[in-house]
Amino acid sequence: MKPLHELTVAQIQQQLIEKKFSSREITQHYLNRIDTLNGDYNCYITVDASGALAAAEQADQAIAAGSNAPLLGVPIAHKDIFCTKGLTTTCGSKMLANFVSPYDATVVSKMKTAGAVMLGKTNMDEFAMGSSNETSFFGPVKNPWNLETVPGGSSGGSAAAVAAQLAPAATGTDTGGSIRQPAALCGITGIKPTYGRVSRYGMIAFASSLDQAGPMTKTAEDAAILLNSMSGLDHKDSTSLDTAVPDFTATLDESLAGLKIGIPKEYFDQRLDTAMADAVQASLAELEKLGAKLVDIELPNSALSVPAYYVIAPAEASSNLSRFDGVRYGYRCKDPEDLEDLYTRTRSEGFGDEVKRRILVGTYALSAGYYDAYYRKAQQIRRLIKDDFVRAFEQVDIIAGPTAPSTAFKFGAKTADPVAMYLEDIYTIAVNLAGLPAMSLPAGQLDNMPIGMQLVGNYFAEQKLLNVAHQFQLATKWHTSTPTSLKG
Amino acid sequence: MSINSEQVANTAKLAKLKINADEASEVAERITAILDLVDQMQAVNTEHVEPMANALDAVQRLRIDQANPSEDPQARRAAFQTIAPATDQGLYLVPKVID
Repeated sequence: MKPLHELTVAQIQQQLIEKKFSSREITQHYLNRIDTLNGDYNCYITVDASGALAAAEQADQAIAAGSNAPLLGVPIAHKDIFCTKGLTTTCGSKMLANFVSPYDATVVSKMKTAGAVMLGKTNMDEFAMGSSNETSFFGPVKNPWNLETVPGGSSGGSAAAVAAQLAPAATGTDTGGSIRQPAALCGITGIKPTYGRVSRYGMIAFASSLDQAGPMTKTAEDAAILLNSMSGLDHKDSTSLDTAVPDFTATLDESLAGLKIGIPKEYFDQRLDTAMADAVQASLAELEKLGAKLVDIELPNSALSVPAYYVIAPAEASSNLSRFDGVRYGYRCKDPEDLEDLYTRTRSEGFGDEVKRRILVGTYALSAGYYDAYYRKAQQIRRLIKDDFVRAFEQVDIIAGPTAPSTAFKFGAKTADPVAMYLEDIYTIAVNLAGLPAMSLPAGQLDNMPIGMQLVGNYFAEQKLLNVAHQFQLATKWHTSTPTSLKG
Repeated sequence: MSINSEQVANTAKLAKLKINADEASEVAERITAILDLVDQMQAVNTEHVEPMANALDAVQRLRIDQANPSEDPQARRAAFQTIAPATDQGLYLVPKVID
């Protein structure tokens, strides 16, 4: 039998029901691994051993009683952006280092209802602002494939935890690529659903019109299983979609014969490393062998997505982060002289440099006289970007290309130049602006480091994406490849 | 578009952030680099394009403004105030605002 940490969520579900092992056994197994190995990777900010074991005991009783809750007894990790009642939720920031939420995020409560056992909370870029996990107040996460390189961000702790087999699956959030880019850099599978598919209630807000939660897993099948439990209308989130949620696992086995895959020429231009392009092309050829047809398409406004995003996201962040003022919860500066000093020192001491930078950009873009030139202009460009995708989806079923321009880079390589870091998300950001679903899956390696392929679907087409990814994973082995550091 | 140290200081004031004098020029430089990136938008004619806030052009759902009777307001307030930096008799404490 395989070691427990090598099992997928689907295999854990099956073997728990067959009583090959108990939820307590697999939960304890993961807690032991975390205890031994988390110091090497820094994936977790908080580990909840007693809570996890209690939940596992409960799950074992429910299994014995014949319950068939979909994630019953399966250990998972939550990104530390999701509020968890009674357990610290830091959002990777000094500002919330002591914050214990009085309620659960909807994603957390839904997965709890589905029977999942939470191991702990994973590290992330501060307030999800970053593409390398280097902005976390709790120190950077290391990429299990090469400890000198970043895991990507902002959901880098979740991605590294799955890659290092310190959790079979984890949740993430994606505002400009924060599920897909770390999934690509750590060699795992991750999906950002259609905007509104998963409730944002209790998910600490960065840019509300772009933020969306999704699963990060070893396989597309696992992503489908988790997404089933995460999705659905929530009256506590006014942008949550009132749309039926299909069973995302029901269509995994459909044939890809006749599937039309759009290849945007803009995603394979001179900015993409040739070796990266070759690897993605080889994976696209695999999809052709499965019956798909590749169609050249154009997304002419895609180069504008990064500029538009760096107005919209900071503008929304500057508004969302105004709530951190040292009055009701979180960090408060010592001995404030007056109210102004309380606000200013609390925020200046509580936020890190990148968060302050984005608040300043956002405040500037929204300040008197600049609204039309920046925010309104960016929202107009956002429509042009959406219209490009709408036209493309008249010709094709899905769109494919690279997830990130390169494999994982070294710590410090992009920290001095915020714009270089922002361009890390050049292929992922347009999808958030348009509100579309997209995923990343392992699709090759370069110098033993994983490469991600991005699949973008039309609105509500998560089933199609997961189907394509699952068929690809049945035909290839990239997703089963694990970091060499784990083999010792 | 470039932003100078003085504009950074004004913006910081609006955002309730303090930028130390010795950091101001570096912050201005980095924000200028971001604004240069953002300014690529200005090359595009968007004269007749409707701004888009939500891709599905969804409007926010409204609900009736009424208290939820399943929640005990006292218990709720107590739960929320246990995590506050300073409270007294159900009130949040801040430095004196009026002399």
